[in-house]
Amino acid sequence: MAVTESPAKGRRRFWLLDLYGSAVGKKWAMALSGIGLLGFVVAHMIGNLHMYEGAAEMNEYGEYLRIIGGPILPHTVFLWLIRLPLLAAFLIHIHAAYALTITNNHATIDKYKQPREWLAASYASRTMRWSGVIVLLFVAWHLADLTLGWVNPDFISGEPFHNTVVSLSNVGIAALYIVANIALGMHIFHGAWSLFQSIGVNNPRFNRWRRWFAQALATVIVIGNISFPVMILTGVVG
Amino acid sequence: MVLELDAKIPEGDLDTLWEKHKFDMKLVNPNNKRKFDIIVVGTGLAGASAAASLAELGYKVKAFTYHDSPRRAHSIAAQGGINAAKNYHGDGDSVFRLFYDTVKGGDYRSREENVYRLAEVSLNIIDQATAQGVPFAREYGGKLDNRSFGGAQVSRTFYARGQTGQQLLLGAYQSLARVVGLGQVEMHTRTEMLDVVVKDGRAVGIVTRNLITGEIESHSAHAVVLATGGYSNVYYLSTNAMACNATAIWRAHRRGAAFANPCYTQIHPTCIPSAEEFQSKLTLMSESLRNDGRIWVSKKAGDDRKANEIPESERDYYLERRYPAFGNLVPRDVASRNAEAMINEGKGVGPLKNGVYLDFADSIKRLGIDTIRERYGNLFEMYERITDENPYEVPMRIYPAPHYTMGGLWVDYHLMTNIPGLYAIGEANFSDHGANRLGASALMQGLADGYFVLPYTIGDYLAGMLGDPVVPTDDAAFTEVESEVTGRTNHWLSINGTRSADYFHRELGKIMIAHCGMSRNEAGLKQALIEIPALYEEFKKDVKVLGSAETFNQSLENVQRVDDYFQLAELMCLDALNREESCGGHYREESQTEDGEALRNDDDFAYVAAWEWTGDPGKAELTKEPLDFKNVKLSQRSYK
Amino acid sequence: MDLTLQVWRQAGPNAPGRLVDYPVKDISPDMSFLEMLDIVNEGLNAQGIEPIAFDHDCREGICGMCGLMINGLAHGPQLGTATCQLHMRKFKDGDTIVIEPWKAAGFPIVRDLAVDRSTFDRIIEAGGFITVPTGSASDANLTLVPKEVADWSMDAAACIGCGACVAACPNSAAQLFTAAKIAHLSLLPQGQPERWTRVEAMVDKMEEFFGSCTNHGECETACPKEISIDFIALMNKDYMKAKFKNRRLVSQTG
Ligand SMILES: Cc1cc2nc3c(=O)[nH]c(=O)nc-3n(C[C@H](O)[C@H](O)[C@H](O)COP(=O)(O)OP(=O)(O)OC[C@H]3O[C@@H](n4cnc5c(N)ncnc54)[C@H](O)[C@@H]3O)c2cc1C
Ligand code: HEM
Ligand code: SF4
Ligand code: FES
Repeated sequence: MAVTESPAKGRRRFWLLDLYGSAVGKKWAMALSGIGLLGFVVAHMIGNLHMYEGAAEMNEYGEYLRIIGGPILPHTVFLWLIRLPLLAAFLIHIHAAYALTITNNHATIDKYKQPREWLAASYASRTMRWSGVIVLLFVAWHLADLTLGWVNPDFISGEPFHNTVVSLSNVGIAALYIVANIALGMHIFHGAWSLFQSIGVNNPRFNRWRRWFAQALATVIVIGNISFPVMILTGVVG
Repeated sequence: MVLELDAKIPEGDLDTLWEKHKFDMKLVNPNNKRKFDIIVVGTGLAGASAAASLAELGYKVKAFTYHDSPRRAHSIAAQGGINAAKNYHGDGDSVFRLFYDTVKGGDYRSREENVYRLAEVSLNIIDQATAQGVPFAREYGGKLDNRSFGGAQVSRTFYARGQTGQQLLLGAYQSLARVVGLGQVEMHTRTEMLDVVVKDGRAVGIVTRNLITGEIESHSAHAVVLATGGYSNVYYLSTNAMACNATAIWRAHRRGAAFANPCYTQIHPTCIPSAEEFQSKLTLMSESLRNDGRIWVSKKAGDDRKANEIPESERDYYLERRYPAFGNLVPRDVASRNAEAMINEGKGVGPLKNGVYLDFADSIKRLGIDTIRERYGNLFEMYERITDENPYEVPMRIYPAPHYTMGGLWVDYHLMTNIPGLYAIGEANFSDHGANRLGASALMQGLADGYFVLPYTIGDYLAGMLGDPVVPTDDAAFTEVESEVTGRTNHWLSINGTRSADYFHRELGKIMIAHCGMSRNEAGLKQALIEIPALYEEFKKDVKVLGSAETFNQSLENVQRVDDYFQLAELMCLDALNREESCGGHYREESQTEDGEALRNDDDFAYVAAWEWTGDPGKAELTKEPLDFKNVKLSQRSYK
Repeated sequence: MDLTLQVWRQAGPNAPGRLVDYPVKDISPDMSFLEMLDIVNEGLNAQGIEPIAFDHDCREGICGMCGLMINGLAHGPQLGTATCQLHMRKFKDGDTIVIEPWKAAGFPIVRDLAVDRSTFDRIIEAGGFITVPTGSASDANLTLVPKEVADWSMDAAACIGCGACVAACPNSAAQLFTAAKIAHLSLLPQGQPERWTRVEAMVDKMEEFFGSCTNHGECETACPKEISIDFIALMNKDYMKAKFKNRRLVSQTG
């Protein structure tokens, strides 16, 4: 009697949900949301370079972001069209990170007594969860400080140049800003390499560029972002 | 009691025999197959392929292995390749030629009919394995590549880098895993079979020990298949994996199964010599090295110079000198024996003077280092890892090591032992290789037995049992064996002597290699037959095994295997003593030509020696199954 | 040479375990690591202490039975080498060597240094095969396989199932093993019909026992067969496609 069987499982759920149900799928979600976040981080950094053009230009840029698409789109609608997916990406990224961390904690209950020697894992790759959390806390504070002004007593709505300079003139806040961006840089250092692996974009022809790409991206963003507090503290800008 | 050995060889022409016989055998109706339970012990190439095929046919299969996964069986270590008469290269190969070469290579000590069938089904093996996804080496056009192996005159060896055995086993294992996943095979890993249960003359089940919990359990079935591999480890140092053992076949032998040709062992010439007393095994390096390496020793005994300090004129390329036609490519037994002779003359090389040189300097000069690296790079790396010497610069050192056992349980044309319902396949049986196995033919035989022979022949036996229930495991036949096994197991823990089982195993190995190794003589074998029982007595009184029988206890596993080896070793020596001729891997010094080559004696010894258990391995009883050659002409091997 | 070993001893699956110190003397640098352990065991046996249990069999780096965490490195300090092929010359006189079993929830400890890796078998049983009942194959040369493809498939197929990739992974993920097994079959033409069910079934089964990959790459450096993490990328890609594809149409899209 020949054995016949039908291994194909019926699709129970919408395929994306099915995919997200697995750890491999969650990594896809992390990578794709990570790409979105990377895009934002890059754009955010480049946009902020307006700081170097002066207060007027910076404020104008801030306002410009709110009126893009006008008059077809009402005020700030475009901005929200960016903000909402970004928020979604952030939430997905964090949910997946959280869920995978739980999975991994279950899988590794038994720990080695001896210290491990790492040959491939970098400091950045081993601290993704920490750097991620630092970035999250920083983002929350950053929004409260410069977008909403809750923690910024001198906050003036519509004047990002002023708000930024006031905030970053404080050495403590500037230090926080710098530390958080180094964490972000480390996160990107591993993340921008790793994401190709997670979504299977893997071709011997360009594999060797991946490390280079991640390094360059992390460096540019860290230098770009850190330049603001440094320039403000040294009085070059402000 | 005199054994009745009926090989059940059908009458007829060789080339239609198997086809016709398949038609003549009784069949089990597809719907009835699930009413039969079959036990398969061993999941190497033979066992895994058999278990998978039987389950696919619809039988209910229980498979057993002492490994933690079927994929670990020793078949995984085979490097060189697998033969098949595909004639993909149009170089004149054919089923008949493979058959002929195998009978001749086995020095005319195997059954023509079995070997012909083996050659026939070799074709199907390659098809099956390829379809399973075995990544055999390919040519640029996408077709399968072949190489010539072990001095064969045609290219018929299929290979997957240096890991052919691994890939073939993975293929069989994956097929097995599929049916395990479907629930058609009940897989018992880390479970060692310790005895066969025979009731009313039929094999009805086995008794096993769960190696993790120590539980002794009975399993019953309509038929029992042993695919438990070879016993080269009787020599302690061999190329086999550490756990390879004879327990399954030995226990079957003690229950009445005849043991055939126990003394036929193959000693492989290209292994890395041992480096110290605690050496635990010997590593084989592919025979293909002899294609480009030249074997030599110094002409002077006791020469302490380094290899490169010995000038060309003082080197003895002894194989090229003695066998100008074949040179370094003489068959395994000839190469091994000559190496042993050189070492006995005091010409051995290396720190322990226990090797001969295999030198690539000339080939590197002729072909360039890149070609050599491409051909043997991974072997050279392995050699360097083990010896810390770089074979691109200094010659390799090699020495022969026990490698394969042609002997095993006696089986008929159906692969059934003389106990009805008990089958033996793969290296565990004696069937197809005669007195010497050709390179790349063991994988072929294991898979032939498992995929393409046993699944047919077993039906012929089972068909007659339709409707018979299996013997329940609370039957006295089972409970008696169970308590015997439990008693035996606990006994070892109670001796509390002073030396480990390994110690005795090492000592046994030394006796065996000295007296029943590459060359044998009457005095030595008689000496061994005195030394082995004496050491065995000491072992039984003085072995020390700690721990309990209820846990994972590797010393306990080991001591039982060594126990069985002691008994088997005696039988091997007895068989070697009885066979007063030189044939294949069995070289009796008394039987040689004027220039020291092996001399066969077809008039008196063209038979299979089948031994029956009498209660004392040294007093086993011999039954002879005469061998009749109708299709090949017997000739004396000559490699001059 | 003389060494101090710190070896993980654990009487059974649920027993507590700890590191125990054993001094060893007169070890030859030509010994393999496991032969060194054999000697330690002979000594323990003579002293009436139960020998250290550890898995091993072929001792030539192919069966995948052996595997120890040695001084923080799976299979020890020599890259591309299984524990059984590691030799003592890689250590120095006076060294302290810490030896632990693989530790991962998917590999419960059996005793001392031996672990249960049968979860790997479960992954294969889920789909790591090509369905081809015995006797149903057509001539082997009917399906042509480009040499490069066969070679790459072989690179993946070289996996010995030792579990070092899991052991070395900070997340105890079995991605490298599973990906190698998938790639071996899915790269070949013979493996195409079941390609999408295979990757889905095997990944899902893997995730029942093991952690998730964070792309550290430790597995690749621990692997005695130096299997590339490129196969993991392939697996991730195929897994997503498997979820998405309309399998009735696969023959049209490849
Ligand atoms: C280093 C080396 C290289 C080789 N190279 C080649 C080559 O290139 N070409 C070639 O054709 N041949 C080669 N051979 C020979 C060939 O590999 C073997 O003869 C063949 O693989 C044996 O297969 P098998 O299935 O009979 O046994 P094995 O593969 O040895 O399997 C035995 C099985 O039985 C199980 N078992 C044994 N006893 C028990 C028990 N009591 N209870 C439960 N389970 C048990 C084991 O767990 C295992 O699963 C080589 C052999 C060696 C040692
Ligand atoms: C702007 C902010 C962020 C960017 C640009 C970013 C980017 C990335 C990228 C590209 C990856 C790699 C994904 C992959 O390997 O496939 C990644 C991984 C990760 N991120 Fe973020 N991330 C950000 C914020 C966060 C936050 C807020 C958290 C946590 C609270 C976080 C936690 C993680 C973790 C834990 C990983 C590793 C997950 C894994 O590999 O399994 N990230 N991130
Ligand atoms: S991928 Fe490498 S490390 Fe993992 S099981 Fe296979 S051989 Fe071992
Ligand atoms: S013992 Fe077989 S791989 Fe190490």
